[in-house]
Amino acid sequence: MRYMILVCVDESVEVSPEESLPTAWVQEMDGRGVRKLGSRLRPVSDATTVQVRDGEVLLSDGPFAETKEQIGGFDLLECEDLDEAIEVASKHPGAKFGTIEVRPLWED
Amino acid sequence: MVATLIRMTGDWDLAEECGQDAFAVALERWPRDGVPRRPGAWLTTTARNRALDRLRRGATEAAKLREGAALWPRHEADDGDGEGHADGDDGTVRDDRLRLIFTCCHPALPLEARVALTLRTLAGLTTAEIARALLVSEPTMAKRLVRAKGKIRNAAIPYRVPPAHLLAERTGGVLAVLYLLFNEGYAATGGADLMRHDLCAEAIRLARALVSLMPDEPEALGLLALMLLQHARRAARVDDAGDVVTLEDQDRALWDATEIDEGLGLLDTALGQDRAGSYQLQASIAACHASAASAADTDWARIAQLYGRLAPLVPSAVVELNRAVAVAMADGPAAGLKLVQALEASGALAGYHLLPATRADLLRRLERHAEAAAGYREALELASTKAERRYLTRRLAEVTEQGRPPSP
Repeated sequence: MRYMILVCVDESVEVSPEESLPTAWVQEMDGRGVRKLGSRLRPVSDATTVQVRDGEVLLSDGPFAETKEQIGGFDLLECEDLDEAIEVASKHPGAKFGTIEVRPLWED
Repeated sequence: MVATLIRMTGDWDLAEECGQDAFAVALERWPRDGVPRRPGAWLTTTARNRALDRLRRGATEAAKLREGAALWPRHEADDGDGEGHADGDDGTVRDDRLRLIFTCCHPALPLEARVALTLRTLAGLTTAEIARALLVSEPTMAKRLVRAKGKIRNAAIPYRVPPAHLLAERTGGVLAVLYLLFNEGYAATGGADLMRHDLCAEAIRLARALVSLMPDEPEALGLLALMLLQHARRAARVDDAGDVVTLEDQDRALWDATEIDEGLGLLDTALGQDRAGSYQLQASIAACHASAASAADTDWARIAQLYGRLAPLVPSAVVELNRAVAVAMADGPAAGLKLVQALEASGALAGYHLLPATRADLLRRLERHAEAAAGYREALELASTKAERRYLTRRLAEVTEQGRPPSP
């Protein structure tokens, strides 16, 4: 079962690199074979949103949702079930200062 | 039976439908052919065969069929016309029911869905019955159940008893759902009646099932004991007009002695395991009340002490409020009032009618009638059931009467 985890953080909150960098987590989860892919994302100041309306491409600067917490990174997991995905997500350092959303991939 | 079918097929809707089908077949055949020797086993096998038939029919369901067949021991396969030889052994059925409880109460599901799923799949209530019991419309309840079953399937919420490192936490979650169910029946938050007995009875039945499935879990025993000790007072809690009768004024002859005895026995067994938890402590408090011959004989000092032990385990303002009441009984209303006022200052229970109602009761005992009346008026604005409102109105009338200067 594949899950995408979205690591949502408040970019205005200062967190030291020791607390926030998921290096050890990545190493552990890659080693276990549960993490297939993932990356930290550049801040929303570098984001562009794209919409097509009436055939016209509309661009705007910034993230799609004006919320306090923004997606700061993602990882694609291959887990046995939701309990394993929750366990993996709860070990991510971002869970301590941000919020992690666990979403199953749409697979038929 | 549904629990077993869910394990086999991994499909909740299919399991429920085939379970119903099996009953329909039984209604048709049993009067004609006689009731089989083991009706339960017959029903399970019939339902299983239905499920396998339906899975076979759907080509896209081939994977599920393989999974289902692999989970079902080969020697129990039979001729396929629904006349089963044997059920899974009792151990298998037991494990299936336990798995089902943990899946229904999985913390990734919204609490309201956990309660609804538990009533649907464990208690076997219909969607209409659950909607009525939980005071929502039937379409809303149907949607809630569909969404919950969808999430179980799509997010792969596991169908199993959690592994050891999660067991304590998840067991707590299951107990919380059952207690919520009981409380929704015992102190209904809506509707005309103070209690809804069907929900209480269902919660007790499910707690009994859980105890038989997890006999070594003292908190499950504690919860069942707590429910029984509270439920034993049901006939005395409401008078003929449907009004609340406080513990103090209840006719103890109306208490159900059989339920009290059973509750006390269960609590003893639980406490014997020496792993006290919040349900055992709450049951111990209920036991103090249940075993007092009269209100005046109540060991309030012990109750206050039990609340003191409960508070750190259940950091809740409601527990604090109850402790204040116990302290008022043990050490006098002034001591209790001090705790109530501290609680009010914290703002933790703003909007909860029992807070001003408790303050009013203590002030009434201190004969500060005008202040008591103000408290009852505040509580009246917040209380939601008619029975509670009638009680508060009566108390308000009393203190207003007593507060009046004697007529010349």
